[in-house]
Amino acid sequence: MADELNLVEKSKIMDNARMKRALSRLASEIVEENQGAKDLYLVGIRRRGVPIAERIAKKIEELEGVQPLFGIIDITLYRDDLSTVGANPIVNRTELDEDISDKIVVLIDDVLYTGRTIRAALDQLMDFGRPQKVQLAVLIDRGREHRELPIQADYIGKTVPTKKAEIIKVMLKEYDDEEAVWIYERPSE
Amino acid sequence: MDKPFRRRDLLGIRNLSAAEIIGILDTAENFREVNTREIKKVPTLRGKTIINLFFEASTRTRTSFELAAKRLSADAVNISVSSSALTKGETLIDTALNLDAMSPDCIVVRHSSAGVPHQLAKVSKAAIVNAGDGANEHPTQALLDAMTIREHKGKIENLQVAIVGDILHSRVARSNIHLLTKLGASVRVAGPKTLVPNDFQFIVEKDLHVAANVEEAIDGADVVMILRIQRERQDSAYFPTLREYAIHYGLTQERLDLAKSDAIVLHPGPMNRGIEIASDVADSSRSLILDQVKYGVAVRMAVLYLTTGGNPSSE
Repeated sequence: MADELNLVEKSKIMDNARMKRALSRLASEIVEENQGAKDLYLVGIRRRGVPIAERIAKKIEELEGVQPLFGIIDITLYRDDLSTVGANPIVNRTELDEDISDKIVVLIDDVLYTGRTIRAALDQLMDFGRPQKVQLAVLIDRGREHRELPIQADYIGKTVPTKKAEIIKVMLKEYDDEEAVWIYERPSE
Repeated sequence: MDKPFRRRDLLGIRNLSAAEIIGILDTAENFREVNTREIKKVPTLRGKTIINLFFEASTRTRTSFELAAKRLSADAVNISVSSSALTKGETLIDTALNLDAMSPDCIVVRHSSAGVPHQLAKVSKAAIVNAGDGANEHPTQALLDAMTIREHKGKIENLQVAIVGDILHSRVARSNIHLLTKLGASVRVAGPKTLVPNDFQFIVEKDLHVAANVEEAIDGADVVMILRIQRERQDSAYFPTLREYAIHYGLTQERLDLAKSDAIVLHPGPMNRGIEIASDVADSSRSLILDQVKYGVAVRMAVLYLTTGGNPSSE
Protein backbone atom coordinates (compact mmCIF):
# COMPACT_ATOMS: atom_id res chain seq x y z
CA MET A 1 0.00 0.00 0.00
CA ALA A 2 2.76 2.41 0.93
CA ASP A 3 4.38 1.95 -2.46
CA GLU A 4 1.20 2.27 -4.46
CA LEU A 5 0.20 5.58 -2.92
CA ASN A 6 3.70 7.00 -2.80
CA LEU A 7 3.48 7.46 0.92
CA VAL A 8 6.34 8.73 3.01
CA GLU A 9 7.13 6.58 6.01
CA LYS A 10 7.19 8.78 9.10
CA SER A 11 7.42 6.72 12.23
CA LYS A 12 6.62 3.49 13.95
CA ILE A 13 4.32 4.27 16.86
CA MET A 14 3.89 0.73 18.13
CA ASP A 15 6.04 -2.34 17.80
CA ASN A 16 5.07 -5.93 18.41
CA ALA A 17 5.60 -5.82 22.20
CA ARG A 18 3.72 -2.56 22.69
CA MET A 19 0.84 -3.81 20.59
CA LYS A 20 0.63 -6.96 22.69
CA ARG A 21 0.55 -4.93 25.90
CA ALA A 22 -2.10 -2.58 24.54
CA LEU A 23 -4.32 -5.51 23.54
CA SER A 24 -3.89 -7.14 26.97
CA ARG A 25 -4.93 -3.92 28.63
CA LEU A 26 -7.98 -3.60 26.34
CA ALA A 27 -8.99 -7.16 27.28
CA SER A 28 -8.72 -6.47 31.01
CA GLU A 29 -10.57 -3.18 30.72
CA ILE A 30 -13.40 -4.90 28.84
CA VAL A 31 -13.86 -7.61 31.48
CA GLU A 32 -13.44 -5.14 34.32
CA GLU A 33 -16.06 -2.79 32.93
CA ASN A 34 -18.51 -5.63 32.23
CA GLN A 35 -17.71 -7.61 35.37
CA GLY A 36 -16.52 -10.71 33.60
CA ALA A 37 -17.12 -12.33 30.27
CA LYS A 38 -20.75 -13.28 30.79
CA ASP A 39 -22.98 -12.14 27.91
CA LEU A 40 -19.91 -10.66 26.22
CA TYR A 41 -20.00 -10.79 22.40
CA LEU A 42 -16.90 -9.54 20.60
CA VAL A 43 -17.47 -8.44 17.00
CA GLY A 44 -14.50 -7.65 14.77
CA ILE A 45 -14.99 -5.27 11.86
CA ARG A 46 -13.45 -6.47 8.61
CA ARG A 47 -10.67 -6.47 7.73
CA ARG A 48 -8.16 -5.54 10.37
CA GLY A 49 -10.61 -5.42 13.27
CA VAL A 50 -10.98 -9.20 12.99
CA PRO A 51 -7.48 -10.38 14.02
CA ILE A 52 -7.45 -7.71 16.74
CA ALA A 53 -10.76 -8.99 18.09
CA GLU A 54 -9.43 -12.56 17.96
CA ARG A 55 -6.45 -11.59 20.08
CA ILE A 56 -8.58 -9.73 22.60
CA ALA A 57 -10.92 -12.76 22.79
CA LYS A 58 -7.97 -15.01 23.53
CA LYS A 59 -6.73 -12.70 26.28
CA ILE A 60 -10.20 -12.58 27.84
CA GLU A 61 -10.30 -16.36 27.82
CA GLU A 62 -6.95 -16.43 29.63
CA LEU A 63 -8.20 -13.94 32.20
CA GLU A 64 -11.67 -15.33 32.83
CA GLY A 65 -11.49 -18.97 31.79
CA VAL A 66 -14.47 -18.54 29.48
CA GLN A 67 -14.57 -17.88 25.78
CA PRO A 68 -16.57 -14.78 24.87
CA LEU A 69 -18.96 -15.10 21.90
CA PHE A 70 -17.29 -14.04 18.69
CA GLY A 71 -18.50 -12.62 15.40
CA ILE A 72 -17.40 -10.74 12.30
CA ILE A 73 -19.05 -7.81 10.56
CA ASP A 74 -18.46 -6.63 6.99
CA ILE A 75 -19.81 -3.11 6.58
CA THR A 76 -19.65 -2.82 2.77
CA LEU A 77 -23.40 -3.14 2.21
CA TYR A 78 -24.05 -0.44 4.83
CA ARG A 79 -21.57 2.16 3.57
CA ASP A 80 -22.89 5.68 3.06
CA ASP A 81 -20.55 6.46 0.18
CA LEU A 82 -21.35 3.66 -2.27
CA SER A 83 -22.53 5.99 -5.01
CA THR A 84 -19.43 8.16 -4.76
CA VAL A 85 -16.59 5.72 -4.15
CA GLY A 86 -16.42 4.76 -7.81
CA ALA A 87 -15.85 1.10 -8.39
CA ASN A 88 -17.78 -1.13 -6.06
CA PRO A 89 -15.86 -2.23 -3.03
CA ILE A 90 -15.65 -5.97 -2.57
CA VAL A 91 -18.39 -7.47 -0.43
CA ASN A 92 -17.32 -9.91 2.26
CA ARG A 93 -19.33 -12.03 4.60
CA THR A 94 -20.80 -11.05 7.94
CA GLU A 95 -20.68 -13.89 10.45
CA LEU A 96 -22.90 -13.40 13.48
CA ASP A 97 -23.87 -17.01 14.11
CA GLU A 98 -25.06 -16.53 17.69
CA ASP A 99 -28.00 -14.24 18.40
CA ILE A 100 -26.80 -10.82 19.57
CA SER A 101 -30.03 -10.00 21.41
CA ASP A 102 -29.49 -9.12 25.08
CA LYS A 103 -25.73 -9.52 24.73
CA ILE A 104 -23.07 -6.95 25.51
CA VAL A 105 -21.59 -6.41 22.07
CA VAL A 106 -18.08 -4.98 21.86
CA LEU A 107 -17.34 -3.75 18.36
CA ILE A 108 -13.63 -3.93 17.62
CA ASP A 109 -11.68 -2.14 14.90
CA ASP A 110 -8.08 -1.22 14.29
CA VAL A 111 -8.42 2.54 13.84
CA LEU A 112 -11.14 5.04 14.78
CA TYR A 113 -11.07 8.04 12.44
CA THR A 114 -14.26 9.67 11.05
CA GLY A 115 -16.64 7.31 12.84
CA ARG A 116 -18.46 6.39 9.62
CA THR A 117 -17.37 2.76 9.67
CA ILE A 118 -18.72 2.44 13.19
CA ARG A 119 -22.02 4.03 12.16
CA ALA A 120 -22.35 1.42 9.40
CA ALA A 121 -21.47 -1.39 11.80
CA LEU A 122 -24.05 -0.13 14.34
CA ASP A 123 -26.79 -0.03 11.69
CA GLN A 124 -25.98 -3.54 10.59
CA LEU A 125 -25.88 -4.78 14.18
CA MET A 126 -29.38 -3.45 14.80
CA ASP A 127 -30.65 -5.47 11.81
CA PHE A 128 -29.50 -8.59 13.63
CA GLY A 129 -31.18 -7.99 16.96
CA ARG A 130 -31.33 -5.82 20.06
CA PRO A 131 -28.17 -6.05 22.13
CA GLN A 132 -28.26 -5.14 25.79
CA LYS A 133 -25.39 -2.70 25.16
CA VAL A 134 -22.92 -1.89 22.42
CA GLN A 135 -19.41 -0.73 23.23
CA LEU A 136 -16.48 0.16 21.01
CA ALA A 137 -12.84 -0.86 21.35
CA VAL A 138 -10.10 0.35 18.98
CA LEU A 139 -6.36 -0.12 18.90
CA ILE A 140 -5.72 3.43 17.65
CA ASP A 141 -7.88 6.52 18.07
CA ARG A 142 -6.82 9.30 15.70
CA GLY A 143 -8.47 11.94 17.83
CA ARG A 144 -11.88 13.55 18.19
CA GLU A 145 -11.17 16.41 15.82
CA HIS A 146 -11.47 14.01 12.84
CA ARG A 147 -14.85 12.70 13.84
CA GLU A 148 -17.71 13.33 11.42
CA LEU A 149 -20.32 11.65 13.63
CA PRO A 150 -20.93 11.68 17.39
CA ILE A 151 -19.10 8.40 18.00
CA GLN A 152 -16.39 7.75 20.62
CA ALA A 153 -14.58 4.63 21.72
CA ASP A 154 -15.02 3.05 25.15
CA TYR A 155 -11.65 1.29 25.08
CA ILE A 156 -8.61 2.78 23.35
CA GLY A 157 -5.20 1.14 22.83
CA LYS A 158 -3.49 4.42 22.08
CA THR A 159 -4.65 7.89 21.10
CA VAL A 160 -2.54 9.30 18.29
CA PRO A 161 -3.25 12.89 17.28
CA THR A 162 -2.81 12.99 13.51
CA LYS A 163 -3.10 15.32 10.57
CA LYS A 164 -5.53 14.62 7.74
CA ALA A 165 -2.65 14.02 5.33
CA GLU A 166 -1.36 11.27 7.56
CA ILE A 167 -2.36 7.65 7.33
CA ILE A 168 -2.25 5.14 10.16
CA LYS A 169 -1.41 1.64 9.10
CA VAL A 170 -1.91 -1.22 11.53
CA MET A 171 0.26 -4.10 10.34
CA LEU A 172 -0.80 -7.58 11.45
CA LYS A 173 0.86 -10.88 10.74
CA GLU A 174 -2.36 -12.16 9.14
CA TYR A 175 -1.93 -9.62 6.31
CA ASP A 176 1.58 -8.17 6.58
CA ASP A 177 5.10 -9.31 7.42
CA GLU A 178 5.29 -7.55 10.78
CA GLU A 179 3.23 -6.57 13.81
CA ALA A 180 3.41 -2.83 14.21
CA VAL A 181 1.60 0.47 13.81
CA TRP A 182 3.08 3.01 11.41
CA ILE A 183 2.28 6.59 10.49
CA TYR A 184 2.66 7.50 6.82
CA GLU A 185 2.18 10.81 5.13
CA ARG A 186 0.84 11.65 1.71
CA PRO A 187 3.45 13.80 -0.04
CA SER A 188 2.26 17.38 -0.55
CA GLU A 189 1.59 18.32 -4.17
CA MET B 1 -8.28 -10.01 -7.52
CA ASP B 2 -7.17 -9.02 -10.98
CA LYS B 3 -9.74 -7.21 -13.08
CA PRO B 4 -12.97 -7.98 -11.25
CA PHE B 5 -16.30 -7.13 -12.87
CA ARG B 6 -16.44 -3.37 -13.52
CA ARG B 7 -19.10 -2.89 -16.16
CA ARG B 8 -22.23 -0.82 -16.30
CA ASP B 9 -24.24 -3.58 -17.99
CA LEU B 10 -24.44 -7.35 -17.84
CA LEU B 11 -25.45 -8.31 -21.37
CA GLY B 12 -24.02 -11.80 -21.60
CA ILE B 13 -21.31 -14.16 -20.50
CA ARG B 14 -19.58 -14.30 -23.88
CA ASN B 15 -17.69 -11.04 -23.47
CA LEU B 16 -16.65 -11.57 -19.87
CA SER B 17 -13.21 -12.74 -18.79
CA ALA B 18 -12.78 -15.65 -16.40
CA ALA B 19 -11.67 -13.17 -13.71
CA GLU B 20 -14.84 -11.12 -14.15
CA ILE B 21 -17.00 -14.23 -13.85
CA ILE B 22 -15.17 -15.35 -10.72
CA GLY B 23 -15.54 -11.84 -9.32
CA ILE B 24 -19.32 -12.00 -9.72
CA LEU B 25 -19.47 -15.51 -8.22
CA ASP B 26 -17.36 -14.52 -5.21
CA THR B 27 -19.57 -11.49 -4.60
CA ALA B 28 -22.67 -13.69 -4.86
CA GLU B 29 -21.17 -16.12 -2.32
CA ASN B 30 -21.02 -13.29 0.16
CA PHE B 31 -24.59 -12.19 -0.55
CA ARG B 32 -25.88 -15.63 0.40
CA GLU B 33 -25.54 -14.80 4.07
CA VAL B 34 -27.97 -11.87 3.74
CA ASN B 35 -30.66 -14.31 2.53
CA THR B 36 -30.29 -16.38 5.71
CA ARG B 37 -30.83 -13.44 8.08
CA GLU B 38 -34.03 -12.86 9.93
CA ILE B 39 -34.19 -9.38 8.43
CA LYS B 40 -33.30 -10.17 4.82
CA LYS B 41 -32.56 -6.64 3.81
CA VAL B 42 -29.53 -4.39 3.55
CA PRO B 43 -29.58 -0.66 2.72
CA THR B 44 -27.06 -0.93 -0.11
CA LEU B 45 -29.22 0.25 -3.04
CA ARG B 46 -31.48 2.58 -1.09
CA GLY B 47 -32.91 5.23 -3.40
CA LYS B 48 -32.11 3.29 -6.59
CA THR B 49 -34.89 2.37 -8.99
CA ILE B 50 -34.86 -0.91 -10.84
CA ILE B 51 -37.32 -1.71 -13.63
CA ASN B 52 -38.01 -5.33 -14.47
CA LEU B 53 -39.06 -5.12 -18.10
CA PHE B 54 -40.34 -8.53 -19.16
CA PHE B 55 -41.58 -9.01 -22.71
CA GLU B 56 -41.79 -12.74 -22.11
CA ALA B 57 -43.61 -14.67 -19.42
CA SER B 58 -41.51 -15.53 -16.40
CA THR B 59 -42.28 -16.32 -12.81
CA ARG B 60 -39.03 -17.57 -11.38
CA THR B 61 -36.59 -15.14 -12.94
CA ARG B 62 -38.78 -12.10 -12.45
CA THR B 63 -39.52 -12.94 -8.83
CA SER B 64 -35.86 -13.66 -8.22
CA PHE B 65 -34.80 -10.27 -9.64
CA GLU B 66 -37.56 -8.51 -7.74
CA LEU B 67 -36.55 -10.12 -4.44
CA ALA B 68 -32.89 -9.35 -5.11
CA ALA B 69 -33.72 -5.68 -5.71
CA LYS B 70 -35.92 -5.47 -2.62
CA ARG B 71 -33.40 -7.17 -0.36
CA LEU B 72 -30.92 -4.52 -1.43
CA SER B 73 -33.51 -1.82 -0.58
CA ALA B 74 -33.94 -0.69 -4.19
CA ASP B 75 -37.39 0.21 -5.47
CA ALA B 76 -38.45 -2.35 -8.04
CA VAL B 77 -41.12 -1.84 -10.67
CA ASN B 78 -42.35 -4.73 -12.78
CA ILE B 79 -43.56 -4.23 -16.31
CA SER B 80 -44.87 -7.22 -18.21
CA VAL B 81 -45.77 -7.30 -21.86
CA SER B 82 -49.50 -7.61 -21.35
CA SER B 83 -49.64 -4.25 -19.63
CA SER B 84 -47.06 -2.49 -21.78
CA ALA B 85 -47.49 0.09 -24.47
CA LEU B 86 -45.89 -2.22 -27.01
CA THR B 87 -49.22 -3.89 -27.48
CA LYS B 88 -50.46 -0.42 -28.39
CA GLY B 89 -47.87 -0.10 -31.15
CA GLU B 90 -44.97 1.68 -29.48
CA THR B 91 -41.52 0.63 -30.67
CA LEU B 92 -39.04 -0.95 -28.32
CA ILE B 93 -36.68 2.03 -28.48
CA ASP B 94 -39.50 4.45 -27.70
CA THR B 95 -40.50 2.37 -24.71
CA ALA B 96 -36.89 2.42 -23.54
CA LEU B 97 -36.57 6.18 -23.99
CA ASN B 98 -39.79 6.76 -22.10
CA LEU B 99 -38.64 4.60 -19.23
CA ASP B 100 -35.29 6.33 -19.31
CA ALA B 101 -36.99 9.70 -18.94
CA MET B 102 -38.11 8.52 -15.49
CA SER B 103 -34.44 8.02 -14.53
CA PRO B 104 -34.28 4.41 -13.44
CA ASP B 105 -30.84 3.24 -12.32
CA CYS B 106 -31.17 -0.21 -13.82
CA ILE B 107 -33.39 -1.99 -16.32
CA VAL B 108 -33.59 -5.77 -16.17
CA VAL B 109 -34.88 -6.95 -19.52
CA ARG B 110 -36.19 -10.17 -20.99
CA HIS B 111 -37.26 -10.39 -24.62
CA SER B 112 -37.93 -13.12 -27.14
CA SER B 113 -35.53 -11.52 -29.63
CA ALA B 114 -31.78 -11.82 -29.31
CA GLY B 115 -29.94 -8.52 -28.93
CA VAL B 116 -32.71 -6.47 -27.34
CA PRO B 117 -30.70 -5.78 -24.13
CA HIS B 118 -27.74 -4.69 -26.27
CA GLN B 119 -29.99 -2.25 -28.17
CA LEU B 120 -31.36 -0.86 -24.92
CA ALA B 121 -27.85 -0.44 -23.55
CA LYS B 122 -27.06 1.84 -26.49
CA VAL B 123 -29.95 4.21 -25.88
CA SER B 124 -30.45 4.03 -22.12
CA LYS B 125 -28.55 5.80 -19.38
CA ALA B 126 -29.55 3.06 -16.94
CA ALA B 127 -27.53 -0.09 -16.34
CA ILE B 128 -28.97 -2.92 -18.44
CA VAL B 129 -29.10 -6.49 -17.16
CA ASN B 130 -30.04 -9.26 -19.57
CA ALA B 131 -32.62 -11.60 -18.05
CA GLY B 132 -32.81 -13.67 -21.24
CA ASP B 133 -32.81 -12.54 -24.88
CA GLY B 134 -34.21 -14.97 -27.42
CA ALA B 135 -31.90 -17.90 -28.04
CA ASN B 136 -28.86 -15.76 -27.27
CA GLU B 137 -27.97 -15.54 -23.57
CA HIS B 138 -29.31 -15.80 -20.04
CA PRO B 139 -26.25 -14.76 -18.06
CA THR B 140 -27.66 -14.83 -14.52
CA GLN B 141 -28.91 -18.41 -15.08
CA ALA B 142 -25.40 -19.54 -16.06
CA LEU B 143 -23.98 -17.72 -13.03
CA LEU B 144 -26.38 -19.39 -10.61
CA ASP B 145 -25.68 -22.75 -12.23
CA ALA B 146 -21.96 -22.12 -11.76
CA MET B 147 -22.54 -21.17 -8.16
CA THR B 148 -24.47 -24.42 -7.56
CA ILE B 149 -21.70 -26.45 -9.21
CA ARG B 150 -18.98 -24.66 -7.21
CA GLU B 151 -20.88 -25.24 -3.98
CA HIS B 152 -21.16 -28.98 -4.58
CA LYS B 153 -17.97 -29.74 -6.49
CA GLY B 154 -15.73 -27.09 -4.98
CA LYS B 155 -14.55 -25.98 -8.42
CA ILE B 156 -15.46 -25.78 -12.08
CA GLU B 157 -12.07 -26.38 -13.66
CA ASN B 158 -11.61 -29.83 -15.23
CA LEU B 159 -15.19 -30.92 -14.60
CA GLN B 160 -17.06 -32.86 -17.28
CA VAL B 161 -20.41 -31.21 -17.90
CA ALA B 162 -23.15 -32.70 -20.09
CA ILE B 163 -25.89 -30.43 -21.41
CA VAL B 164 -28.86 -32.34 -22.82
CA GLY B 165 -31.90 -31.15 -24.70
CA ASP B 166 -32.89 -28.36 -27.07
CA ILE B 167 -29.43 -26.88 -27.49
CA LEU B 168 -30.37 -24.99 -30.63
CA HIS B 169 -32.96 -22.71 -29.05
CA SER B 170 -31.50 -22.51 -25.56
CA ARG B 171 -30.04 -19.28 -24.19
CA VAL B 172 -29.36 -21.19 -20.97
CA ALA B 173 -27.15 -23.60 -22.92
CA ARG B 174 -25.28 -20.78 -24.68
CA SER B 175 -24.54 -18.83 -21.52
CA ASN B 176 -23.52 -22.00 -19.72
CA ILE B 177 -21.25 -23.16 -22.53
CA HIS B 178 -19.46 -19.80 -22.50
CA LEU B 179 -19.12 -19.70 -18.74
CA LEU B 180 -18.08 -23.31 -18.18
CA THR B 181 -15.48 -23.37 -20.95
CA LYS B 182 -14.03 -20.03 -19.80
CA LEU B 183 -13.62 -21.50 -16.32
CA GLY B 184 -11.92 -24.62 -17.66
CA ALA B 185 -14.67 -27.24 -17.64
CA SER B 186 -15.17 -29.48 -20.65
CA VAL B 187 -18.68 -29.42 -22.03
CA ARG B 188 -20.48 -32.00 -24.15
CA VAL B 189 -23.93 -31.40 -25.61
CA ALA B 190 -26.51 -33.90 -26.82
CA GLY B 191 -30.11 -34.00 -27.97
CA PRO B 192 -32.18 -34.67 -31.08
CA LYS B 193 -30.13 -33.97 -34.22
CA THR B 194 -32.66 -31.36 -35.24
CA LEU B 195 -31.96 -29.48 -32.01
CA VAL B 196 -28.18 -30.00 -31.80
CA PRO B 197 -26.47 -28.71 -34.91
CA ASN B 198 -23.29 -30.60 -35.78
CA ASP B 199 -21.35 -27.41 -36.28
CA PHE B 200 -22.55 -25.85 -33.03
CA GLN B 201 -19.05 -25.60 -31.65
CA PHE B 202 -18.00 -23.32 -34.48
CA ILE B 203 -20.78 -20.92 -33.59
CA VAL B 204 -20.38 -20.97 -29.83
CA GLU B 205 -17.11 -22.28 -28.38
CA LYS B 206 -14.51 -24.26 -30.23
CA ASP B 207 -13.80 -26.56 -27.28
CA LEU B 208 -17.39 -27.75 -27.18
CA HIS B 209 -17.92 -31.44 -27.87
CA VAL B 210 -21.09 -32.43 -29.74
CA ALA B 211 -21.85 -35.96 -28.55
CA ALA B 212 -23.38 -38.58 -30.84
CA ASN B 213 -26.09 -39.39 -28.34
CA VAL B 214 -27.24 -38.71 -24.78
CA GLU B 215 -25.42 -41.74 -23.37
CA GLU B 216 -22.09 -40.54 -24.74
CA ALA B 217 -22.63 -37.07 -23.31
CA ILE B 218 -23.54 -38.33 -19.85
CA ASP B 219 -20.86 -41.03 -19.65
CA GLY B 220 -18.47 -40.10 -16.83
CA ALA B 221 -19.96 -36.64 -16.35
CA ASP B 222 -19.63 -34.71 -13.06
CA VAL B 223 -22.60 -32.50 -13.87
CA VAL B 224 -25.68 -33.29 -15.96
CA MET B 225 -27.62 -30.24 -17.03
CA ILE B 226 -31.04 -30.93 -18.48
CA LEU B 227 -32.76 -28.29 -20.60
CA ARG B 228 -36.47 -27.71 -20.67
CA ILE B 229 -38.15 -29.03 -23.78
CA GLN B 230 -40.50 -26.43 -25.13
CA ARG B 231 -43.71 -28.19 -25.98
CA GLU B 232 -44.41 -25.87 -28.89
CA ARG B 233 -41.32 -27.25 -30.67
CA GLN B 234 -43.19 -30.47 -31.28
CA ASP B 235 -45.53 -28.63 -33.62
CA SER B 236 -42.54 -27.37 -35.62
CA ALA B 237 -41.51 -31.00 -36.19
CA TYR B 238 -38.18 -30.81 -34.35
CA PHE B 239 -39.08 -34.17 -32.81
CA PRO B 240 -42.03 -36.52 -33.41
CA THR B 241 -43.74 -36.74 -30.02
CA LEU B 242 -43.05 -35.86 -26.41
CA ARG B 243 -43.24 -39.56 -25.58
CA GLU B 244 -40.56 -40.35 -28.08
CA TYR B 245 -38.44 -37.49 -26.73
CA ALA B 246 -38.77 -38.90 -23.21
CA ILE B 247 -37.69 -42.36 -24.36
CA HIS B 248 -34.64 -41.26 -26.35
CA TYR B 249 -33.45 -38.15 -24.53
CA GLY B 250 -35.10 -37.99 -21.12
CA LEU B 251 -32.86 -38.26 -18.05
CA THR B 252 -33.81 -41.54 -16.41
CA GLN B 253 -32.06 -43.11 -13.43
CA GLU B 254 -30.59 -45.65 -15.83
CA ARG B 255 -28.98 -42.92 -17.94
CA LEU B 256 -27.83 -41.03 -14.86
CA ASP B 257 -26.02 -44.20 -13.72
CA LEU B 258 -23.62 -43.65 -16.65
CA ALA B 259 -22.39 -40.45 -15.02
CA LYS B 260 -19.92 -40.37 -12.12
CA SER B 261 -21.37 -41.81 -8.92
CA ASP B 262 -21.39 -38.35 -7.31
CA ALA B 263 -22.70 -36.53 -10.36
CA ILE B 264 -25.19 -33.72 -9.78
CA VAL B 265 -28.26 -32.88 -11.86
CA LEU B 266 -29.30 -29.36 -12.79
CA HIS B 267 -32.40 -28.05 -14.56
CA PRO B 268 -33.19 -24.36 -15.15
CA GLY B 269 -36.94 -24.92 -14.71
CA PRO B 270 -39.80 -25.04 -15.21
CA MET B 271 -39.41 -28.78 -15.69
CA ASN B 272 -41.63 -31.19 -17.55
CA ARG B 273 -41.65 -34.23 -15.30
CA GLY B 274 -41.62 -37.48 -17.19
CA ILE B 275 -40.41 -35.82 -20.40
CA GLU B 276 -36.88 -34.36 -20.22
CA ILE B 277 -36.38 -35.58 -16.65
CA ALA B 278 -37.89 -38.59 -14.86
CA SER B 279 -39.73 -37.74 -11.67
CA ASP B 280 -37.59 -39.98 -9.46
CA VAL B 281 -34.42 -38.30 -10.76
CA ALA B 282 -35.89 -34.82 -10.25
CA ASP B 283 -36.75 -35.65 -6.64
CA SER B 284 -33.53 -37.50 -5.82
CA SER B 285 -30.76 -36.07 -3.66
CA ARG B 286 -28.60 -35.73 -6.80
CA SER B 287 -30.96 -33.12 -8.18
CA LEU B 288 -30.08 -29.57 -7.09
CA ILE B 289 -32.92 -27.79 -8.81
CA LEU B 290 -34.11 -25.95 -5.69
CA ASP B 291 -30.54 -24.98 -4.77
CA GLN B 292 -30.30 -23.35 -8.18
CA VAL B 293 -33.37 -21.27 -7.41
CA LYS B 294 -31.99 -20.38 -3.97
CA TYR B 295 -28.63 -19.24 -5.31
CA GLY B 296 -30.42 -17.29 -8.04
CA VAL B 297 -31.40 -14.57 -5.59
CA ALA B 298 -27.81 -14.18 -4.32
CA VAL B 299 -26.45 -14.07 -7.89
CA ARG B 300 -28.93 -11.39 -8.88
CA MET B 301 -28.17 -9.36 -5.76
CA ALA B 302 -24.50 -9.50 -6.72
CA VAL B 303 -25.23 -8.47 -10.32
CA LEU B 304 -27.47 -5.57 -9.27
CA TYR B 305 -24.88 -4.46 -6.72
CA LEU B 306 -22.03 -4.60 -9.21
CA THR B 307 -23.87 -2.86 -12.06
CA THR B 308 -26.03 -0.42 -10.12
CA GLY B 309 -24.39 -0.06 -6.72
CA GLY B 310 -21.39 2.12 -7.26
CA ASN B 311 -20.63 4.60 -9.91
CA PRO B 312 -18.16 2.88 -12.24
CA SER B 313 -18.31 5.75 -14.75
CA SER B 314 -16.69 8.08 -12.20
CA GLU B 315 -13.52 6.02 -12.16
